[in-house]
Amino acid sequence: MTSMDILAIAPHLTLTVSILIVMLVVGFWRNHRLTMVLTVLGFVATFIALFPALDASPRAVTPLIQLDSFAAFFNAMFLIIAAVTALISHRYLEGRAGQLEEYYILLAIATLGAMTLASAQHFAAFLLGLEIMSISLYTLIAYPEEGHPPLEAALKYLVLSGVGSTTLLLGMGLIYNATGSLAFAEIFQSNVVGQQSDAWFVAGQALLIVGVAFKLSLIPFHMWTPDVYQGAPAPVTGYLATVSKASVFAILLRFAVQTETLNQDVIFTLVAATAVLSMVFGNVLALLQDSVKRILAYSSIAHMGYLLIGLLAVSALDDSAMALETCLVFLAGYLAMTVTAFAVVTQISSATSDRDTEQVADFAGLFWRRPVLAAGMTIALLSLAGIPLTAGFIAKFYLFAAGVEGALWSLIWAMIIGSAIAIYYYLKIVFAMTSRESEHEYPPVSMLGAATTVVLGVTIIFLGTYPTPLIDAVQRIVEGFG
Amino acid sequence: MSLLWLILLLLFGGMVAGFSERFHANAPRWVALGVIAIAGAYLATIPIGTEVNAQWIPRFGISLILSMDGLSLAMVALTLFLGLVAIVSSWTEIEDQHGFFQFNLLWTLAGVVGVFTALDLFLFFVFWEVMLVPMYFLIAVWGHEDRAYAAMKFFLFTQISGLLLLFAILALVYFNYAATGVITFSYADLLNADIEADVAFWLMLGFFVAFVVKLPSVPFHTWLADAHTQAPTAGSVILAGILLKTGAYGLIRFVVPLFPDAAMQFRWPAMLLGAVSVVYGGYLAYSQSDFKRLVAYSSVSHMGFVLLGVFAWNALAVQGAVVQMVAHGFSTAALFMVAGALQQRLHTREMGEMGGLWVRAPRMGAVAMFFVIASVGMPGLGNFIGEFLVLLGAFQVDVPLTVAAAVGMVVAVVYGLSLMQRSFQGEPNPGIESIADFGAREMSVMVLMMIALVWLGVYPQTLLSISEPVVSGLGVAP
Repeated sequence: MTSMDILAIAPHLTLTVSILIVMLVVGFWRNHRLTMVLTVLGFVATFIALFPALDASPRAVTPLIQLDSFAAFFNAMFLIIAAVTALISHRYLEGRAGQLEEYYILLAIATLGAMTLASAQHFAAFLLGLEIMSISLYTLIAYPEEGHPPLEAALKYLVLSGVGSTTLLLGMGLIYNATGSLAFAEIFQSNVVGQQSDAWFVAGQALLIVGVAFKLSLIPFHMWTPDVYQGAPAPVTGYLATVSKASVFAILLRFAVQTETLNQDVIFTLVAATAVLSMVFGNVLALLQDSVKRILAYSSIAHMGYLLIGLLAVSALDDSAMALETCLVFLAGYLAMTVTAFAVVTQISSATSDRDTEQVADFAGLFWRRPVLAAGMTIALLSLAGIPLTAGFIAKFYLFAAGVEGALWSLIWAMIIGSAIAIYYYLKIVFAMTSRESEHEYPPVSMLGAATTVVLGVTIIFLGTYPTPLIDAVQRIVEGFG
Repeated sequence: MSLLWLILLLLFGGMVAGFSERFHANAPRWVALGVIAIAGAYLATIPIGTEVNAQWIPRFGISLILSMDGLSLAMVALTLFLGLVAIVSSWTEIEDQHGFFQFNLLWTLAGVVGVFTALDLFLFFVFWEVMLVPMYFLIAVWGHEDRAYAAMKFFLFTQISGLLLLFAILALVYFNYAATGVITFSYADLLNADIEADVAFWLMLGFFVAFVVKLPSVPFHTWLADAHTQAPTAGSVILAGILLKTGAYGLIRFVVPLFPDAAMQFRWPAMLLGAVSVVYGGYLAYSQSDFKRLVAYSSVSHMGFVLLGVFAWNALAVQGAVVQMVAHGFSTAALFMVAGALQQRLHTREMGEMGGLWVRAPRMGAVAMFFVIASVGMPGLGNFIGEFLVLLGAFQVDVPLTVAAAVGMVVAVVYGLSLMQRSFQGEPNPGIESIADFGAREMSVMVLMMIALVWLGVYPQTLLSISEPVVSGLGVAP
């Protein structure tokens, strides 16, 4: 291992060290605020370490991990979201009986897993990252152990995530059987050299896609999502909807580009079918919900369906650069608006009550009672609905453009139909917030939380009004990826 | 940059108005009034032909192109004037959240000004969608009893048609890119796009549907009655006076010029929809018992003339459509103000509970009479010029449809006079002791609108000569 290797992997090392420090501090002195601050500082230090690491990239540190600007892009977003989650969790958890400090350690470990996923180029690293993240998440979901819903949600997540992992493992096994390799690049070579006809090989890839579909909660592998989203504590739900999904998508994207798996008709059809199902039924099912968390769960299912258009464009377009660009821009927008929505839900809820403030009716009058939070929520919802001047519009615009260029007409129609349905349930929440009657008791707003909401809201608007810096950055990343 | 400043002025003014409520409950409306006045004065200094052109998202060839020609000027002036009317009409009607109300009002106006001046299809679409969000809030927060349903319906109809528009815009840009190798959203570049005839037809249909929903024409008119009826007075004034015109503007500016052959292929069905809207809208209006709903449906009828005129696509008819857009803006805005004033005083919109109001409120009665007469197309007032020119132009293209639409003018008289009869004439309703008449505040804007309509009716040349160069520049038949 050279010094350049160490520089390239510095972010992972920094986060690991900071986790150890927080653990040690908690061992000697339990203090909720201090733990939170230390964890956030750890995220900040890791974020800073990304920049020198970029100079050393692209570089493969061991055959398992490829550190490039693509990974750095995802890692940067994961760290920002993890820091936001830690910041807003403080007020949320405060007052809850029991020990709160481990929550932050688990959060940091989950983020380490996500960062590993974003840079994995080998099945071993894939599995390693996935399990580091998932096991931390089981515990995070069940963290407020007094309530019944979190425990049920954690158990559901454990079982279904386990099923997903098993499917993944079987897929990996079959691929290994056919190619004799676990590294993406080598699978690519066998994929090209006339092995497509090998039924076991294709089956392996299909199982791999299904396993990933479980993690991304694509229809019909979505059953766990609404219950887990509703049962988990609000900040963890936000983390689940953003970092957990984006990291799995990152590795799927890397796998798809490096192995060209989508060039096989079977795999392409499989992905296209789940995409259409997710876009249409994700939105239809969201219509029936009265819980904001469940609405956001189904909406995240639908958004993952939209995102698959970008993935399919990898093989549908002549050059995959546009497809990659689409996926990255979409994810940036999706992460910004989703984390904002959950940040607001977190701030009007508290872990001390037996359930989060998550019914649509609970939002009544938020506009007049908590104007800043309501404004943030409105921006996030309008962005999710794809209204211009928000990040969500640019994200959808990219998908439209990629879809038209790749002639993926049926997928575009599914997206149009899905988006049209979606407007209804997003507006339902907005309308509830404008209501003049308001009964629900909200916890007080912390300055920190309000400031976070404002920054997130402004980010969504900025990405929507002036996306050029984001587009330029993404284009540079895509060039480096080729 | 002057056009950009105009839009930014409205946006920024909206924020100031919103925050000013912290200092005084009355501050927002004065701020809003001041912003409109400044914007109006500023508009007067912007000469025709002004253009802003700056790069925005170079990745997709998207630019910030705003341009002011005669048609845009007429529409922007109408927008600002009706914005003023809306603020005046809501002076006492809005009881809470004044700041947020004026914020939404000014942001809607900013979006509409953007729609009327944008000459980049992406930018146009952005404004097209963005103006709906504050309008949604105007209906959803300050609307009447059934506002949730009305606001949702309004937003769904316009958003879904907007998605269609976005799809059509992107497809147009892509096919142009495939042919020329240049990605551009610029209107001027896309005017010369070389697209296969059958593709062009579908794209034209995408644009057409989006604009016709907004117009609205039968069969997409159902959102209109709910939205207008439930909206607060200022919302109805802006909806009927300005937002409907964005649909008409889109037809004139985009549908036919971008796809001339496809549009002419579609001429007969489009004109048929126009004629049906004229007659059926009038029929629907006559069957209403709700004052505001009647006025709302009369808009369907009046905007049918615009559809008819645009697709007749000769100079007479298109000019007539432009005059109709402006005149209808005034007459309907005024009638909605009357409806709003009645609702505020009587707490009902049902004409069955009115009757004989002229005696109680003579000034209001006279005003209502004037604008009903204007709206039914009395010669000497603006609406007559618009409808007459449209019929004259359409006659050269399709006689049966023109005749059918002319029948609509008779229907207009029926529902117009029935409106007057049921609300202001007849036996005074004993249940109504006395109501406050229009005061100086209301009368001043009413008189301004009367002058405008008389001017349009007596000397329409002022408007015609402003829009003439634009209309001939768009390539209409002489």
